[in-house]
Amino acid sequence: MVASEIRALFAVAARPEIVSLAGGSPYVAALPLDAVGAMIGELIASQGATALQYCTAQGDAGLRERICDVMALEQIRAHPDEVVVTVGSQQALDLLTRIFIDPGDVILVEAPSYVGALGAFASYQANVVHVAMDEDGLIPEALEEAIRRTAAAGRRAKFLYTVPNYQNPAGVTLAAGRRHRILDICRRAGLLVVEDNPYGLLGFDGEPMRALRADDADGVVYLGSFSKTIAAGLRVGWAVAPTAIREKLILAAESAVLCHSSFSQLTVREYLNTQPWLEQIKDFRELYRERRDAMLSALSRMMPPECHWTQPAGGFFVWLRLPDGIHSKAMLPRAISSRVAYVPGTGFYADGSGGQYARLCYSLPDPERIGEGIRRLVSVIETEIQLRDDFGPA
Amino acid sequence: MSDLERIVVLAGGLSPEREVSLRSGDRVCDALIEAGIHAIVADADSALLSLLRADPPSAVFPAIHGVCGEDGAIREVLGLLGVPYVGSVASACQMAFDKPTAKALTAAAGLVTPSSVTLPRETFHDLGAAAVIDLIVAKLGLPLYVKPSRGGSALGAGPVRTAAELPAALLSCFAYGDIALIERFISGTEVAVGVIDLGHGPQALPAVEIVPGEGEYDYAARYTAGKTEFYVPARLPAEVADEVARIAIAAHTVLGLRDLSRTDLIVDDTGTPYFLEVNVSPGMTETSTLPLALEASGHSFGSTCVSLLEQAAARGA
Repeated sequence: MVASEIRALFAVAARPEIVSLAGGSPYVAALPLDAVGAMIGELIASQGATALQYCTAQGDAGLRERICDVMALEQIRAHPDEVVVTVGSQQALDLLTRIFIDPGDVILVEAPSYVGALGAFASYQANVVHVAMDEDGLIPEALEEAIRRTAAAGRRAKFLYTVPNYQNPAGVTLAAGRRHRILDICRRAGLLVVEDNPYGLLGFDGEPMRALRADDADGVVYLGSFSKTIAAGLRVGWAVAPTAIREKLILAAESAVLCHSSFSQLTVREYLNTQPWLEQIKDFRELYRERRDAMLSALSRMMPPECHWTQPAGGFFVWLRLPDGIHSKAMLPRAISSRVAYVPGTGFYADGSGGQYARLCYSLPDPERIGEGIRRLVSVIETEIQLRDDFGPA
Repeated sequence: MSDLERIVVLAGGLSPEREVSLRSGDRVCDALIEAGIHAIVADADSALLSLLRADPPSAVFPAIHGVCGEDGAIREVLGLLGVPYVGSVASACQMAFDKPTAKALTAAAGLVTPSSVTLPRETFHDLGAAAVIDLIVAKLGLPLYVKPSRGGSALGAGPVRTAAELPAALLSCFAYGDIALIERFISGTEVAVGVIDLGHGPQALPAVEIVPGEGEYDYAARYTAGKTEFYVPARLPAEVADEVARIAIAAHTVLGLRDLSRTDLIVDDTGTPYFLEVNVSPGMTETSTLPLALEASGHSFGSTCVSLLEQAAARGA
């Protein structure tokens, strides 16, 4: 199935008649929109000339201070001067890839990995090498093996890209016991770690995980984002990087956009200064926990025994493994006809493998719709099982 | 100046051809606005009936492709509402949209169409896929062409050159529908012939010859500008060009179609045209063949849309 055909199917998936478990968007409707609106009005009234003006490429100093407060929740100690504000963390990914990667350079990533990162890496013609994960995240032995193989091929990986918490798309989290090991392996190999952490504050159990950056300020570039904790539409993310990399990031950001939107930055700053943002994150966590529970419950009740899925402890995603011989991309038209959508696993592998997997997102539909979506999906999978048995694997 | 007060162009729907339909609808709507007519695009969703009831339009231009748009469903509803519309009535759409039915009716009228079988997926399951596949290959030979019995834009459709390829082709087909039409593959020149009836009987537009850049005239080739070369009129001998025009008008007439249609054919190496299928809501995008044929025959796209709508409005529901 070609890309244009997939696009055509997703054009249908956006319709409200379809239960979309595809997406990946945060449920921004849960924000106190009236309060945010009033806050923005006040911001323009009192600081309009600043909010609507250029600013520095590194970002608003007041916002960078607040970003340090946010990162402290994950045990990161950082100075505002170490922070670079970016257009979502996606821009930070793009800039880092531009800085580090020449065509053919190796980047190690999880298997599967975030589609937006893979897109950025592909646009700079990186050679992406996937490293296996299990239910505890990246497997240290697999990482060592990937580094060894890369070296044996006469190449050196430029960095490891990882989403350690509630990973997109797999929903798994790098276990606390593995974190030091992963850092140690990378340190010994001289391998920079790019830690992308958009979901870190959206864990459902206990305190936020300690960030990798908290234990290795020199070897980790940390990428953060307000897209999931405040609002994706503001497009405010940030990077914290060792000095030499940070300076290049600022120059690259200046070259790319001159400066990030002052209005968005000041909106986030004011939100953090004046709104009960920690309470709001708690509300988000409860909302997503309820939806996660609805999805896991529906999967347990209805999915055929040949299917397996991850058990996310936070974030937005469940990673579904389909029965052998069933291809998630080939199954998509039937799913859309049955009015349910998901993202085929192939998008999360640089080589387009992963057809046996599908990413299911529970962040947008309410629990009842999630149950209905899984019911429809089960019916589709059951038909695919019959087709596989009749005609062989897809 | 037209008497048309307000036009609703229906576009979108929930079939995999939604994106194409939206492009078709936008193009029709833009052309109408350019002609000075108040036109809007509306989707076939839960807001449609209220919209049509609250402010009944002079006429509706259906540009929804695939299920709902071409299977007659939306036209049946327009009929219930008493809203005039461009194009064929529901019962005719039902026959035309179902490719095996359209083939049977046109064959009965003497048109040549590739030999074929039509089978639902349950038949393969109940009787054993391998045995049924063997029978198909033994009867029809190779190569074959597999497509869903209902649907368009070549989604789920593809050629089969060896028997070993047939199971995979059927799987692709069944992803888009539960009934497969399996035809003998005819190698030759692919042409599309538009038919327009502006009140003087159905007239065939010049045949459009389709030459995909590489491979098949698949979904990407259809809707990606520059991926396919079109020749208007098709590079056919005069007598063959006359024959494909005759076939398109015959298909339009036999199936009881109204206002406009597009017939797809293959002309084999001996010059014999084979009827493949007919479309009651032809694509109107910038890479669609019917607008190309209109332009080549000196019809303005916009004024043709206006004429069709005026005709529909005058005809009434």
